[in-house]
Amino acid sequence: MAEVPSNLKFLESHEWARIEEDGTVTVGISDHAQELLGDIVFVELPDIGKEVTQSGDTAIVESVKAASDVYSPLSGEITEINEALIDNPEIINTSPYESGWFFKIKPQDISEMDKLLDAQAYESSSES
Amino acid sequence: MNKTYLNEFHQRNNGHLVDFAGWEMPINYGSQINEHNTVRADVGIFDVSHMAVFDFYGSNQVEFLKYLIPNDVTKILDSKRALYSPLLNEEGGILDDLIVYHLGNENFRIISNCGTREQNYACFQKVASEFDVQIDFKSDASIIALQGPNSMKNLSSLYDIKLEKFHLYQDEEVMIARTGYTGELGVEIISDAIKGLEIWNYFISKGIQPIGLAARDTLRLEAGFNLYGSDMTVENNPYDSNLEWTVDQSEQDRDYIGKKALKHLQETKNRLVGFYTDARGVLRSGTKVSFEEGEGVITSGTWSPTFKKNIGFCRVTKNFPKIGKSILRDKEINLHFCETNFLKYLK
Repeated sequence: MAEVPSNLKFLESHEWARIEEDGTVTVGISDHAQELLGDIVFVELPDIGKEVTQSGDTAIVESVKAASDVYSPLSGEITEINEALIDNPEIINTSPYESGWFFKIKPQDISEMDKLLDAQAYESSSES
Repeated sequence: MNKTYLNEFHQRNNGHLVDFAGWEMPINYGSQINEHNTVRADVGIFDVSHMAVFDFYGSNQVEFLKYLIPNDVTKILDSKRALYSPLLNEEGGILDDLIVYHLGNENFRIISNCGTREQNYACFQKVASEFDVQIDFKSDASIIALQGPNSMKNLSSLYDIKLEKFHLYQDEEVMIARTGYTGELGVEIISDAIKGLEIWNYFISKGIQPIGLAARDTLRLEAGFNLYGSDMTVENNPYDSNLEWTVDQSEQDRDYIGKKALKHLQETKNRLVGFYTDARGVLRSGTKVSFEEGEGVITSGTWSPTFKKNIGFCRVTKNFPKIGKSILRDKEINLHFCETNFLKYLK
């Protein structure tokens, strides 16, 4: 069974968001998403400083099987990207919620978090 | 959905099951890349019992097979061994690809793909009736592939046999052939399901990794083997599918299905070639390719675990240059055309 940490918020399209102490939001894809994709071989990450919108396509993840867009859970500015993924994208398979994060956002409007699914709602949406 | 006798094993062992041409088969058991690398470096075991086994009876099997397929079975009459051939229609279109096994004493067996089994059975029956040959379609046979540099070493603890490439061993229970779909040393073991389960469980108990269909696909692509339905269909012929070597013309008087049509198809305008690119992404089947004097379309494309880059096959117009162009995520990229056997070409 895929793991769904209860402290994260989700988009139905399998991205997770976590508010950090400094107010930024870290984004990645769920355990269920990496399982669906299988072995990941490429990622394309956004430029730092890029303005992104909630549910807008922001990154690309590609496995041996298929390429897929990664949507931003929130609107805001990209402040950091996980460069380790460029040479070692398989980290996403082994650690989707920790080392396998994609990018960090300085959110424009943190109340957008309320529109995301909590762990339980995401779990039931990804099961259907 | 059809299931092989090993379905329960796949389910219990983390096999991710998918619908493969109406068969519930494991796509991987966790990581297709790890499975791929295990076969290249060591040994792996595959359940390919979804493929179709046809045994033939009657004294006229040689004549039947000489007419049935463009490759010539007289090549393998001197010993028990295997011959690869496409199966054609009268127009020279490829209906499937097969392996014909000579079991000795003018007895033969054919193994074909699973999605085409009913079509092939009907085709064989129609031709066989003209040659007084009978067909036993073994729909519940076990086919286990043991592939990798350490395959023969592992096989020897069960069957201490030496086999040349394409040759086969047979006893009352099993047929073991030095054939495969990975480009590695290995065998395919055909038996009934009861014996199959015994053999499968033995190799699993020795710690041999089961390999899913996803790794089977990347392994065969690196080795330059066509996949029926992707790299060739009934719309294609041996000349535009890198299979001209299977059209045996050494016996000029021999008639076979599609022979007349093939004469005109020899000048066919397309070729099937390999390609690779260093671009960060995977060009997949259906992607268009262009170059100054022609164009092409990708028939299979994947990320190669061995060479760590995008490789694949591409059907291109005949006068293709060394480098073509394609579009990957809105960006123009270069791809290099090469021979299809990447294990030889890129090593």
